[in-house]
Amino acid sequence: MSVLIFVDTAEGQAKKSSLEALSYGAKIAEQTGTAAEAVVLGAASEDLAALGRFGVKKVHHVTADVFNNFDAQLYTKAIAELATASGADVIVLSHNLNGKAIAPRLSARLKAGLVPGAVSLPETGGAFTVRKNVFSGKAFANVTVNTPIKIVSLNPNAYPVTETGGTAEVVAATVQANEARVKVASVNRASGEVPLTEAEVVVSGGRGLKGPEHWGIVEDLAKVLHAATACSRPVADAHWRPHNEHVGQTGFAIAPNLYIAIGISGAIQHLAGVNRSKVIVVINKDPEAPFFKAADYGIVGDAFEVVPKLTEAIRKLKGVS
Amino acid sequence: MKILVCISKTPDTTAKIAFTDNNTKFDTAGVQWIINPYDEWYALVRAIELKEKDPATVIHLITVGGADAEPVIRKALALGGDEAIRVNADSQDSFYIASQIAAVAKEGGYDLIFTGKETIDYNGSAIGGMVAELLDMPFISLAAKLELNGTAATLTREIEGGEEVNEVSLPIVVSAQKGMAEQRIPNMRGIMAARTKPLKVVEPAAVDALTSVTSFGLPPAKAGVKLVPADNVEELVRLLHEEAKAI
Ligand SMILES: Cc1cc2nc3c(=O)[nH]c(=O)nc-3n(C[C@H](O)[C@H](O)[C@H](O)COP(=O)(O)OP(=O)(O)OC[C@H]3O[C@@H](n4cnc5c(N)ncnc54)[C@H](O)[C@@H]3O)c2cc1C
Ligand SMILES: Nc1ncnc2c1ncn2[C@@H]1O[C@H](COP(=O)(O)O)[C@@H](O)[C@H]1O
Repeated sequence: MSVLIFVDTAEGQAKKSSLEALSYGAKIAEQTGTAAEAVVLGAASEDLAALGRFGVKKVHHVTADVFNNFDAQLYTKAIAELATASGADVIVLSHNLNGKAIAPRLSARLKAGLVPGAVSLPETGGAFTVRKNVFSGKAFANVTVNTPIKIVSLNPNAYPVTETGGTAEVVAATVQANEARVKVASVNRASGEVPLTEAEVVVSGGRGLKGPEHWGIVEDLAKVLHAATACSRPVADAHWRPHNEHVGQTGFAIAPNLYIAIGISGAIQHLAGVNRSKVIVVINKDPEAPFFKAADYGIVGDAFEVVPKLTEAIRKLKGVS
Repeated sequence: MKILVCISKTPDTTAKIAFTDNNTKFDTAGVQWIINPYDEWYALVRAIELKEKDPATVIHLITVGGADAEPVIRKALALGGDEAIRVNADSQDSFYIASQIAAVAKEGGYDLIFTGKETIDYNGSAIGGMVAELLDMPFISLAAKLELNGTAATLTREIEGGEEVNEVSLPIVVSAQKGMAEQRIPNMRGIMAARTKPLKVVEPAAVDALTSVTSFGLPPAKAGVKLVPADNVEELVRLLHEEAKAI
């Protein structure tokens, strides 16, 4: 009996969402009196023994070259094989972009019930029950897994990265692997920018900013906060901003610590993508904007005056010039 | 080319979310049902575009649901597609639904199976991957672009902070998201044509669900917004730093 956690990497480094999954999986192991183990597929550029600081005792590392590119089918087979070999009865992944491709495959392969996008630790006393968001964040459901093996994919930013200290034993593992059916022809990752779904702070702009030429004030604020930038749907539809910044019901769903909405009215479909943010700040010139009802802090005012001043005040606080 | 598009029905995006039966059931009173936006705007429309390019293409739609799913699947047929299949079962968990879709797909010999990125009520992002595993097919998740060249497909999928281009041979399962196509409105001709398109009802395969929802709940309401005057941004910064500990 053990908890097996899949560690998703980018350029050989564990993603932050995977550090959350490690911390979460280790906590489940502690809760159920079993051990937590991790699996890393493909080349790693970080010290895997150090993943022990999140509470895992063992790291299975599969170094075969075929895993240097992502193929959900091969990844699934490898994780399933290791899970069976190690007798894992709980498998944890992040509900990040790769996790969304692997977790359901694993579930079907192992006939193991999946809770996709968990937001709480499981209740493990009797039934194994985990909370997830449903209705695009407007409600939650308690989902019970009725199979011997349980799979949980953890929503990014739903569980804190927790260091408990320790070193993991790193074991070189081999699995049966065919050739990848999916060929990765190119990878295009904007360097230096904070990925939206991993960001702790997000600064977002709406139609109130009037045009793409006014996004400088949004970017300046994002920069001092080390934040990712986002936008409302009409802004992406009008090509003022790229599509991968669109948040909401039909865009990305995010859950940062801080979400700052500038010139966004707060339509229900927009809120569906951002209402899990811990703290919401709204800047809007219309005191009746519905977003204020969903906000923690607000300023009724003109974004073009307020935002540069806000950037300046934060710069002062952070002591950067 | 034979395409299967998975269509689910979801409450309208503005529907009031409430629960009955001691918080174990979604309260459907007064709810308007729509085609799940990802299935409609992205998956179905891209399939229609592919058929427009290659008229020999056949598009089947599938939904797993009771008779109450028929208006929604007819609406999908009004946009396009040749025929629809309804698996007559109250959808239970993702694995149950995926198994039904896989059972139909196995018979159908499809080159391309489309799902939406996720349903906007269960938010599982799970069914496409399960169908792919059950059919032993590659799964390209969260794809924003798809081009076909014979039996070769080139897709762009989202990765953290960027995108990745994948090349793969058909048959494949794809979950579609924004970028894949532009939303369309059904026209009168489509609506008329949909009335006579075949809608086949099949009985479900015997499958056990792997999970069950034991209860629902609503998140606690926000305490209410604290407004700060526009000429005192320093106060907002102080609150965010000291009170909310967010910066
Ligand atoms: C099925 C469906 C799905 C949808 N999905 C999404 C989604 O995923 N994401 C999404 O965002 N939307 C979505 N929408 C659209 C949504 O309903 C709204 O239309 C959209 O969110 C509005 O964008 P906005 O707030 O930027 O623009 P607007 O509603 O036009 O609001 C602009 C705001 O800016 C304020 N403003 C103007 N000038 C200034 C100024 N100088 N300073 C400060 N404030 C100013 C105004 O008071 C106003 O509140 C969806 C709609 C449907 C029907
Ligand atoms: N009952 C259903 N019938 C047919 N397809 C479905 C059904 N439920 C979900 N799907 C498809 O699976 C996708 C992902 O759903 P989910 O895993 O619930 O987020 C949806 O976008 C649909 O394309």
